[in-house]
Amino acid sequence: MLGSMLAEAWSALLANRLRSSLTMLGMIIGVAAVILMLAIGGGVQKQVSDSIAGLGSNMLIVTAGSSRSGGFMGGAGSGASLRLEDADAIAALPDVLAVAPSANIPAQVVAGPSNWATQVTGSVPAWFAVQEWRPADGRTFSDMEERAAARVALIGQTVADNLFGANDPIGQQVRIKGVSFTVIGVMAPRGQGFGGMDRDDMIIVPLTTASRQLQGNNFRRSIRTISVSVDSAEVLDKVDADITTLLRRKHKIKTGDPDDFSVNNLTAVTDTMSSVTASISLLLAAIGSISLVVGGIGIMNIMLVSVTERTREIGIRMAIGASRRAVRLQFLLEALMLSLLGCSIGVAVGAGLSMLAGNAIGFDTSVTASAVVIAFLVSASIGIFFGWYPANQAAKLSPIEALRS
Amino acid sequence: MTGTPVLALDGVIKDYVGDAGAFRALHGVSVHVAAGEFMSIMGPSGSGKSTLMNIIGCLDTATEGQYHFEGVDTATLSEAELAHLRNRGIGFVFQSFNLLPRLSALGNVALPLVYSGVPRGERDARAQAMLEAVGLGDKPRSRPSQLSGGQQQRVAVARALVNNPQLLLADEPTGALDSKTGVEVMALFRDLNRTRHVTVVIVTHDPEVARATDRVVRIQDGLIFYDGPPTEAALYGHAEVET
Ligand SMILES: Nc1ncnc2c1ncn2[C@@H]1O[C@H](COP(=O)(O)OP(=O)(O)OP(=O)(O)O)[C@@H](O)[C@H]1O
Ligand SMILES: [Mg+2]
Repeated sequence: MLGSMLAEAWSALLANRLRSSLTMLGMIIGVAAVILMLAIGGGVQKQVSDSIAGLGSNMLIVTAGSSRSGGFMGGAGSGASLRLEDADAIAALPDVLAVAPSANIPAQVVAGPSNWATQVTGSVPAWFAVQEWRPADGRTFSDMEERAAARVALIGQTVADNLFGANDPIGQQVRIKGVSFTVIGVMAPRGQGFGGMDRDDMIIVPLTTASRQLQGNNFRRSIRTISVSVDSAEVLDKVDADITTLLRRKHKIKTGDPDDFSVNNLTAVTDTMSSVTASISLLLAAIGSISLVVGGIGIMNIMLVSVTERTREIGIRMAIGASRRAVRLQFLLEALMLSLLGCSIGVAVGAGLSMLAGNAIGFDTSVTASAVVIAFLVSASIGIFFGWYPANQAAKLSPIEALRS
Repeated sequence: MTGTPVLALDGVIKDYVGDAGAFRALHGVSVHVAAGEFMSIMGPSGSGKSTLMNIIGCLDTATEGQYHFEGVDTATLSEAELAHLRNRGIGFVFQSFNLLPRLSALGNVALPLVYSGVPRGERDARAQAMLEAVGLGDKPRSRPSQLSGGQQQRVAVARALVNNPQLLLADEPTGALDSKTGVEVMALFRDLNRTRHVTVVIVTHDPEVARATDRVVRIQDGLIFYDGPPTEAALYGHAEVET
């Protein structure tokens, strides 16, 4: 019986092609919106977590100055509380793989006729290990070069493109704040970072060179940032606590006084960011769902019209033996068919739009299987929910009243 | 005849309740019909024939009195059981055909079988056989709108009989037909009554139609005043104004 009722529902929809298509349009728009929103939300989420993971997931960053107590009075990195000795002490802690103290200097860089404003990082060779970032071309500098304040530099892909174009930068000279450096390597491209910043727009030079030649500080032992890489993500919290204890002791901070440094754990940032992006995509999907509900109301409306128009048909069916259940089932099936057909088209449209959107914004906005399953479940529920009342109206008719209409 | 009557109405009263108050269309009708009978109901317009047929066909219920179908009090049946009865026990041929315009002739005839849960192949075979029995075997794919009135009426008869009901009810089946087609439809009923032992009850204004039946029930103003063989007096006995 179900098979022939499906066939009948189908022919009933076909009999009113224009009306059925317009009714489905509501569902199509709703489902497409939800699919698109979920895909974009998922893409953003993936992008954010990828770029944070790209920063180094097993990494802790120690910055000078307190971020936990001072509010805006100090601000992270503003104090001169971290010293190179602190970096050495942290390196000696258990589970610590590598430690890289570093300084960041914004600078104008000149090579021949070209010039470019970028960030110059001064650090030690361990920095490459901590960042898990290697040069694509050329080499890194050695400990000896670092200690000797050698004027060598590795440049990011963006800097290479802007200063040297198609030419090979290795062996060329760049002038940073009037000081001449030899380019010894080009870093592997890393692409966009979190927030759309270009992570290839940077130069890395030895820390000693940076502080002496670029910051004009010969005897400087204080630094702003120490990056620490650890064995695995599981020990991050432990090492975080170890560093805090160690530095408080070394800095002779009394119990109860605030830290004069802060330790940041990137996985915490990742977690926060993914929960933020998750709620953003949820919000987007919720907006899409509103159009789904509107589509459902459209179905209910058209089914009510249909029941009124087909009262006589209902009477005839009842007269030849259709039970109330069968009549209800017939109209429910029509509503369900409208919503599921609309859903299928909506999924296709949504997937197409997601692909276009993905190409436009450069995110991976692929439609997940779970989004499709959810779309179908929700559409089926909407079809049943909004189809129930009209179907019941039809089933409630008395055969003789219906026949007289 | 012996055995339980197919239908037994006892003191059936029907009130139509509307805005203008209640109107009594049947004033206590009692009639028993045995299995295999071939009978007609006559009466002037507005006398309550269709009202009576709707009650017999379980499309409507009596306000008072009892209606037993094959010994079962229909008042005790649930909605689902009544639907089942309309589906299997009773075939109804309406004055206005009442075919579904979207379905083909075959689809219309097969529809009761859909509600009986008969699988598709068997359904179509039985519907086709029924169409052949009413002489429309060559037109299974035609829509009602592509058929003449007589052909539509025959499709309606085929639909009423496809589920082998014990009782066939026909409300002025020949009213919309020319006399030749009317005679054909009556011959068809008589044939089905003889070969399939279907009990037939026909409502008609036409004395010639009633003459072809074995028993005539005349009603006027909601009351039976003749129940017997189709004598001339029964057929023409009263001054009926035919329109
Ligand atoms: N739904 C209704 N509501 C109120 N009164 C009704 C209703 N149906 C029928 N009647 C009245 O009941 C009486 C009997 O009607 P019914 O249709 O049974 O007559 P009939 O004998 O079939 O007439 P006809 O030969 O014209 O078909 C009529 O007076 C009619 O006006
Ligand atoms: Mg009538």
